[in-house]
Formats: sequence, structure tokens, C-alpha cells
Amino acid sequence: MRYQVEHETIYQYESNVTQSYQQLNMVPRDTNYQRSLSHQLRCDPAPSEQSKRQDFFGNSSDFLTILEPHEKLVIHSSFAVQLQTRPSLSDLLQNDQPWEQVNALLHGDSARYLEAMNYCYTSPKIQCSNALADFALTCFTSGRPLIDAAMAFTQQIYQAFEFDPRATDVSTPLDEVLAGKRGVCQDFAHLMIGALRSIGLSCRYVSGYILTHPPAGQPRLVGADASHAWVSIFSPNHGWIDFDPTNNCLVQHEHITVAWGRDFSDVSPMRGVVLGGGEQKLKVKVTVTPETT
Amino acid sequence: MLNQLALGDHYHELLDETGQPRAHWQPFIQSLLTLSPEQLRKRMESVQRQVQDNGVTYNVYADTHGLQRPWDLDVLPLMLPQDEWQHIAGAVAQRATLLNQILLDIYGGQQLLKTGQLPPALVYGHDGFLRDCVGMAHYDNIALHSYAVDIARAPNGQWWVVSDRTQAPTGAGYALENRTIVASAFPTLFRELNVERLSGFFASMRDSLTHWGRRAAQNQSATVANLPPLSDGESPLVVILTPGPYNETYHEQSFMAGYLGYPLVQGNDLTVRNGVVWLKTIEGLKPVHAILRRIDDDYCDPLEFNATSLLGVAGLAESARRGNVVVANALGANLLESGALLGFLPKLCESMLGEKLRMPSVATWWCGEPSAMAYVTENLAQLVIKPAYAQAESRPVFGEDLNAAEKADLIEAIQANPEHYIAQEQVAISQAPTLIPEEGMQQSNASVQSRAVSLRVYAFATPNGYAIMPGGLARVASTQDGRIVTMQRGGTSKDVWVRSPYVQPPFSLLGQTNTSQDLVYENTLLSSRMAENLYWYGRYSVRNLQKSMVLRMMIQSLMAYSPDEREGEWPTIQALCRWFQLLPKPKSKQAEAPALSDAQLEPLLIEAVFSSEPYSLASGVQQYYQQAFNLRERISTSHWQTVNALLTQFTQHPQRQDLQGVSAQLEFAIQHFVAISGYAMDWMTRDLGWRFMSLGRRLERLQFMSMLLSLALKMPSHSNLDWVLDISNNLVTYRARYTARPEWMPTLNLLLLDERNPNSVVFQLKGLVQYLEEMGAEDSMGSIAVPLKQCWEQLLLMDIDQHYHAEDPALIQLLDAMYQATLTVSDRLSLRFFSYTSAHSTAGY
Repeated sequence: MRYQVEHETIYQYESNVTQSYQQLNMVPRDTNYQRSLSHQLRCDPAPSEQSKRQDFFGNSSDFLTILEPHEKLVIHSSFAVQLQTRPSLSDLLQNDQPWEQVNALLHGDSARYLEAMNYCYTSPKIQCSNALADFALTCFTSGRPLIDAAMAFTQQIYQAFEFDPRATDVSTPLDEVLAGKRGVCQDFAHLMIGALRSIGLSCRYVSGYILTHPPAGQPRLVGADASHAWVSIFSPNHGWIDFDPTNNCLVQHEHITVAWGRDFSDVSPMRGVVLGGGEQKLKVKVTVTPETT
Repeated sequence: MLNQLALGDHYHELLDETGQPRAHWQPFIQSLLTLSPEQLRKRMESVQRQVQDNGVTYNVYADTHGLQRPWDLDVLPLMLPQDEWQHIAGAVAQRATLLNQILLDIYGGQQLLKTGQLPPALVYGHDGFLRDCVGMAHYDNIALHSYAVDIARAPNGQWWVVSDRTQAPTGAGYALENRTIVASAFPTLFRELNVERLSGFFASMRDSLTHWGRRAAQNQSATVANLPPLSDGESPLVVILTPGPYNETYHEQSFMAGYLGYPLVQGNDLTVRNGVVWLKTIEGLKPVHAILRRIDDDYCDPLEFNATSLLGVAGLAESARRGNVVVANALGANLLESGALLGFLPKLCESMLGEKLRMPSVATWWCGEPSAMAYVTENLAQLVIKPAYAQAESRPVFGEDLNAAEKADLIEAIQANPEHYIAQEQVAISQAPTLIPEEGMQQSNASVQSRAVSLRVYAFATPNGYAIMPGGLARVASTQDGRIVTMQRGGTSKDVWVRSPYVQPPFSLLGQTNTSQDLVYENTLLSSRMAENLYWYGRYSVRNLQKSMVLRMMIQSLMAYSPDEREGEWPTIQALCRWFQLLPKPKSKQAEAPALSDAQLEPLLIEAVFSSEPYSLASGVQQYYQQAFNLRERISTSHWQTVNALLTQFTQHPQRQDLQGVSAQLEFAIQHFVAISGYAMDWMTRDLGWRFMSLGRRLERLQFMSMLLSLALKMPSHSNLDWVLDISNNLVTYRARYTARPEWMPTLNLLLLDERNPNSVVFQLKGLVQYLEEMGAEDSMGSIAVPLKQCWEQLLLMDIDQHYHAEDPALIQLLDAMYQATLTVSDRLSLRFFSYTSAHSTAGY
């Protein structure tokens, strides 16, 4: 499967910005199931300096410095990726193992699973708690295999929580999401990660895009899509397996990965520091188009 | 005197088991015993006075209103014998070396994690682990440049490590100030006991930073276009990065900056371009080579770390990554302050250095380990619980203080995030003799008492290993049974005397002669922010004085004259008040300002002095205090005390009950503002910074004079002129020259043209033009002095007989042009010299 993604970010400022430093996580990384075919970052006004590096998690970070005074900043990211088939749920369930065993392996031989250990603890946006552990234990019952329990837990979040963009923002704490039972993909991902970490499992946050389906008979709307987020769980047998609690599914071939980290704060698409500017307005347009080959 | 010292289960620094002074204390104590209580008290008072005089302070609550507490210093030093000191210094150097290697590994190859020598939770679970710093290279493999360790002595006499300070250790400057003061209280003893000097330590600190700064400079010139290498004899630029004047140890930071000869800068004094950190000076951008930081790791760069930080510099981490700036300590060093690490150090020391750890740490259990967790749960009552990740500034919890329910809550919190907690043994630390003032007596006396003591020892990396400060900062608890010893909770500090077998050479960094090149270098390095602060400080000190004088005149007129005794000047004085926004403006621009009755005026004037509106005198004083605070390191203590007294008068004792009270308040304000002018003129070095302050003062005075005269010249011709002379502080001079009632021609001559009159217009113009030309103040339109120079020339050309009369249109026009010139020049100065200073904001999604 091949996808073309267009992601446009527009900042409109009240007054001139005289210096702007931006850090972007917008260029997709290669994974076991994804290959980047092409990518392009355009910035208006043109940056006076630009550099890129791989961050600690292996994501691609781009740094831009804009010294030309401007009242409007446009960043356009455009790329194409090729996705490979991921293992199906039935494949994964065949070689599944009890979650307590996974837990014991991770913590008993953590030097061996060092990479996974990065995603076991409280992180800036995800505070582990006894309440979250109790929530996880509703599905992670004694002796239940990891993938089986994770799929059930994905479904549990999907059913018990309502998608509501007005209920939360980026700063809403996890306890509030758990109590209010409402939120967006980012909240559901954080919630699931927090619950799994609270019982000792390793779980990371994945940011990217998802293919949306227009109602039957209607054309695909440009700019109507959005960034998406889901979770990835570490299994010693299978490696990292992705689940999407917002859409109640095991991730297959409609999710395009950009970056991963401990939580949103590690992979936010764009963060910046500006001098001047006053009030600012942000507009984001995303279009995901499948390409038939 | 020593009989009262209690000998308990603690080790006593002074007395041995039999109650006799230990050998290394003997000479000091013998000399002390010869002093009468009276003499002892005098020594104590002299120490306190010197602390005040040197302006040594510590901001306990980081209060914006100021209230800095004088630094607490005990007159009695802590004595250490040479052999014991050698042991301590060796152990501290070993520990610094070990911690540096651990830091390099965690932010490098992570072999310690890969081989299971450190558990991942201790690194990956620590919110101080800055992942963006993994892979950064460091010159000579030094990431931990500055290190301090808190040690304390157990009952058996052995020293133990209580905690490590690896991020931006504080207190070395206080230790130096303590030394200066205490040594001068016992000058003879200090010399005879061969106390090891501290200045050598600071000299090696400076040499090290120069060495690594040079490496960064070489890297800059090799990798960045248009950056030439340092010329022969040119020093790399090292700065101290401060969180600002509200930080609790700001005083120490400014003292260190002065002592080491480094600019003290805030985040917005620096900017990053082309991967290089630059200092924004009035001469333009200067590349920075090394930063001695006093800002926490994650606040250093809002782009990569904490986006809410207003203290840091966007792009600093990337510049360090490219090797273009040495950040001391390396970003991410906070990780090592974790108490969770303590238990792992003995083994790590053996595997990494091949040596035994020379000084043990206080017994510490990290709850991230299941066995430790079990022990802590069972023995909570004997333990002190602390956060494992030192970023969380929370108080230690003493298990013995908790009731059953509180214990259960704490255990539950630990179970939810066990790796976030450590438990430490509650130690009985040693006690040192401390001079305590006795209260309640008429004549305060002092007695020697025992107090728990801990010692902070300082190390600084050099290319040849760690240099250790011979001595340190000793801190004693405020009460006899003190369980915690910190300056924040009201402890006292002590100087530490390490006795050497050798005579000490007199040597001080402050006394060293700089080369002439150094002098020029430091003079031109005035940051734009500092220049701007000084400029506005100058303007506001004059503005507040003028405001006070106008208000005093209004109020005195109200009290002294009935309305029909006042003449044509009365509406004009009101107009001047409106110009200062001390009285409400007319609603529409065209409308004549309504003449206010006395009954209307009185409450308005009281409001103009005391209200919280931005234009009141009280607000002016508040604002002025803030500006002085931002200049703290440049103004003398007496100067500061005067500003402080002004604020206290307005905030705590406003006399607003009646016009007499208000008048007295204004008198107080005027006297203090005049005293401040005196400090500004006579007590500040006339360097480039002073020039900016003087520009501010003169521009403000010129603006006021041109407005005053332009308004006054339009008065009805029979009006009184006394007030014009009075308000511009010229009445005395005038009366000395002329006996008659003031008339316009001699008044104008004195106020406009008399070069010897420091309040005259020409005096301001001459100084302004001279300063601006000497500074070479030019922008794209040419010399900034030009508009003022033109006014000056016109003024000199003007015919006195023809124009120095009331309502003369040409003269009024010239005064109005002068007023406009002050606005133009102020704008151009701001654009030319201060435009770099503006605050950043962060955003993202």
C-alpha cells in the first residue's frame, strides 16, 4: 500500500516575528513495515539556517531558524510512503505469552530489553498510578496472554470512552480523562500507555496519520484529515505491536507512522520559540491519499 | 566558656571524649579563651556589620518585594587538620572523577546499562535524563566541570557523603566571602595558623574555563563561516548564566561574576545563530565560548527542553552539540544528584576506576529495588524519605513524624512509582561550636553552643584532574537538635580553616593586575539589557524626582494660599501635572482643561501620590525599585538601602491622612531621590554603563525643562515665576544673583544658557552631545546626537534681548522642537542599542 501525505501548518501572528526557531517532527521514519519514498519540507519565509538530526528514539528532527521578519509562517510537509503487511491478529495470538511472564522477562533481564525499558516509566505527560493499574487489570487478568489482553483492553477503551474534541486539550491530565471518559486520540493513547506501564509493561506513543474514509459516493476532501496517535506494546516474542484504541483495531495498513516516543511531548509535530509576534493563530491541514500501484 | 558545650551521642568537632579541645583546635581556642565576653560580642558584631556592608544576601523566598535576608555567618570557623583534609580532598576528587565517568557513559555508550551495572529505571525513569543530550561530545571528556558534595561526620568520627551537587553547585562564592570576613575578624590567628588560601582554587577554575573556551573558539573558527580565530592574547569569552535577580543565590552569582571577571548574563542577553551562542552587547553580537550556568538543565533551552522556560536560550543545546560552546556543567548533569545512585557507587568505583570508594555515602535505599522497598516499608519510622529524582524540590519526610494513616498514604504513593523514592538512614551528625547571640538581655551577649554541622566541599575540573577548594562552606543548624541543615531553613554558615604545615603566600584573584587588553575588553562588553536597564534607571530617577517636586508644589500651594491669592501660574502648574498624568486629562483633545476647585483637587492629588494606578508616584517608586533590583550588582549597598527605604516608606508607612502628611511623604521622597542622584554621580564608576544612565538622566531632565518652559512662557504676563525656578531647583541660585522678584529674561538666562548650572537646558544638551559622540552612537540616519546638536546651535544663536520674553513664539517653537528631539533620540537609542532585548514566547502542537 502506498500513501501520499500533505501536512500544512500556518501560524498567523498579530505583529512581526523577528526571530523564529522551530523544531519539527514531521518527516516519517522507516520501520519494519514502512519505507519512506520521498519527502519534502517547505518553509515560507525561507529559513536562514536549517539542520536535521536523529533524536534519541531514532525519529527525524528538523531545526529551522527564520531571521526574516514575518507575520505568517507556513510549513508544508509532503511525503510518500510504502507500507508492508503487518502480522495479523491470529498470527500474533499463536505465539502469545502470559502478560505476567512478559513483565518478569522485562524486569528480570532489563539489560537485554534495554530499548523497551525506555517506555516502562512515568513520563512528562503520563503519570503512572494505582488507579490506572486497576483499570488495566480489568483486562489483564491472571495468566491472560499479552496480545489477547491488549486487544481486549483496546476494545474496552473504545467502548467506555467517547470521542469528544471539546472535552480535553493538550494539558488535560490523565486522571481527568479517566474520570470524564471523553477525549481524543492523544488522550486514549496516553491512557492506554499509562495503564499498561502502571502494571509494569513497556508501551510507547506513536504519532502519525490514518486514512479516513469519506462517506460512500462522496469525494475525498482535501485538508479534512488530521494527525493521529496510537500505542505500541512491546512483546518479547513479536517485538513492537501497534494498537489503536481510538478506532478499536490492531494497526494494519491504514496507519502511517511518523515518530514514536514516551508520550506526545517527545514527538509533537512542531514546537518553536519566537521573538515578537504577539497573539498567534494556528491552522493545520492534513490530507492523506492512497495511491494505487 | 566551653563547659556549657553538651557532649552527646554525636561526634564533637572541638572536644574529644574527655571534654578537652582536640589538638588542631588548641591554638585557636586558647586565643579565643583570652577574649572577654565583651570582646567576643564585638567580633560577632563586626562580622555581622561586614556581611551588611558587603551586601551579602540570600533571597529566601525569592520575593519580588525584596526581601533579601542578610547572609548568616558565624564568627567561629570550623577547623580541620591537614591529614584529615588530605583524606577528604582525595575522596572528593575520586568521587568527582567517578561521577564524571558515569555521566559520560549515561549520555554516551550506556555500557553501565547494557551490562546491568545500573538499572534502567534509574536512568530512563528519571525525569532529569535529557534524551536529547545523548551523544553529545565533551572536550577532554569532561562533562562534570563543577562539583560539590555535602559531607557530614558520623559518631565514630568518619566523614560520610550525604548528597552530591552536580548541576550548578551553589555556595563557592559564599565560602569565599565568608573567608574574607572571618579572616579579618582574626587577622593574626589566620596568619599564624597557616590557613590554606582559597584563591588558588578560583584561579584554576578560571584557567580551566579559559582552556575549554579556547577549544570551543577553535571549533567555531574551523566550522563556522566568517568567525576568525582568537587573536594572540585574546581570551575566550566566558559568561555566567543567571536565572536573574529573584534567584535565591543571585548575590553570590553577581559576586562570582565580579571576582572572576565574567559578564553575568540572563537568557535574553544571549542568542543562537549558525549554531553559535552570541552575547548581545551594545557593540553588536560577540561569540560566547563557555557558559558557567546557574540555570537548571531543562530550563536552559526552551526549544529542546522545557518549553515554558523563559530563562534559557533557544538553540543552546544544539550549539553545545556542535562543540561551539562549553556548557559547565554539561546539560543533563542533574541526573547524578539522584540519591538512588548512592548505593551503586562502591561497585561502580571498583569497576570503572579500579579503586575502592574512599568515602562512603549515608545508608540509602532506592525503592526501585524490590528488596529495598520491603525494607523501607518495614522500617519507615527510622528513615528519612526523599524524592529519588532531585528535580522535584520537596521536603524530606521523617518517618518518625508520621502517624499510621500518613504512613499508609506514603507507602501507597511509593508503591505506585517506587523508583521515585529513596530512603536514608537518619544520621546523628557531628556538632561544632557556634557563637549564639543571647536574647532577652539589655546588652546582648553571646555564648558558645554546639550545633549540628555539615560541610560542602567544592571541586572544579582542570585538564589534569580535579582541583579541590581547600576549605568549603560549613553550615550549622538553627536549633540545637537540628535534623536538617540548609540555608533555606534558617541555618548559619561557617568559614572552614584547613591548617597547612606551610606558610601561605598572600595571593588574591582580586588583586591580580589585568593586562591593558583585558581592561578594554571588559569595558566594551556591556550587554544590551544592562545598558537598557541603566538608561531607564537614569530616566526614572529624574522623572520620579520631578513628579515629587511638582506634587509638593501643588500641595503646598493648596495649604498656603487661598484660591484668590494665586495668579496666572495656577492653571499652568495643573497642566504640568496633567503632562505627568498626575491629574486626569480633559475628555476631548480640543477642550480646555477645566479649572479644578481646591475641593476637587485635594483628593485627586492624594490619589496621584498613593494610588495603585500606573502613573501615581507610589507606582513610580515600585517600578523604580524593580529597576534598581535588576541592577543589583552594579549599585552600592548604601545606594540600594536608600532605594529600599523609599519603597518601604511607600508600601508600609504611607502618610495619607491629610495634606501635611502627604507633604511630609513627598519631602521624604525628594530627599531620597536626591541622595540617589548623589550615588549615581559620585558612587558609580564612570564606565560605559554609567554613560547610559547619564544619558537617561539628562534626556529626562531636558524633556522636563523644555516642557516646563514651553508651558510657562504661555502664562499670562503678570504671572508669578518663583515656581518655575523652584520646580527646576534654581530658586536658590536665582536669589543669590538677583534680589528682585523673578523676571523672564534673567530666569531664562539661568535656566537655558548657564553652562555652570547643572539644571540648565544647555548643561543637558552639552553632556548629551558629548556622551553620544564619544560613544560613536550612529545609526542608518547618521549620528544620533544630531537632533540635539541642532537645538543646541539654535539656542546659542538666539538673540537674548529679542526673544527671552513671555509668549515669544520663536522661543516656544525651539522648546517644542527640543521636546520632540528628546523623543526622537530616545527612540533611536533604543533601536540602536537595546533592540536585541525582547522576550521570547513558545508555541507548538
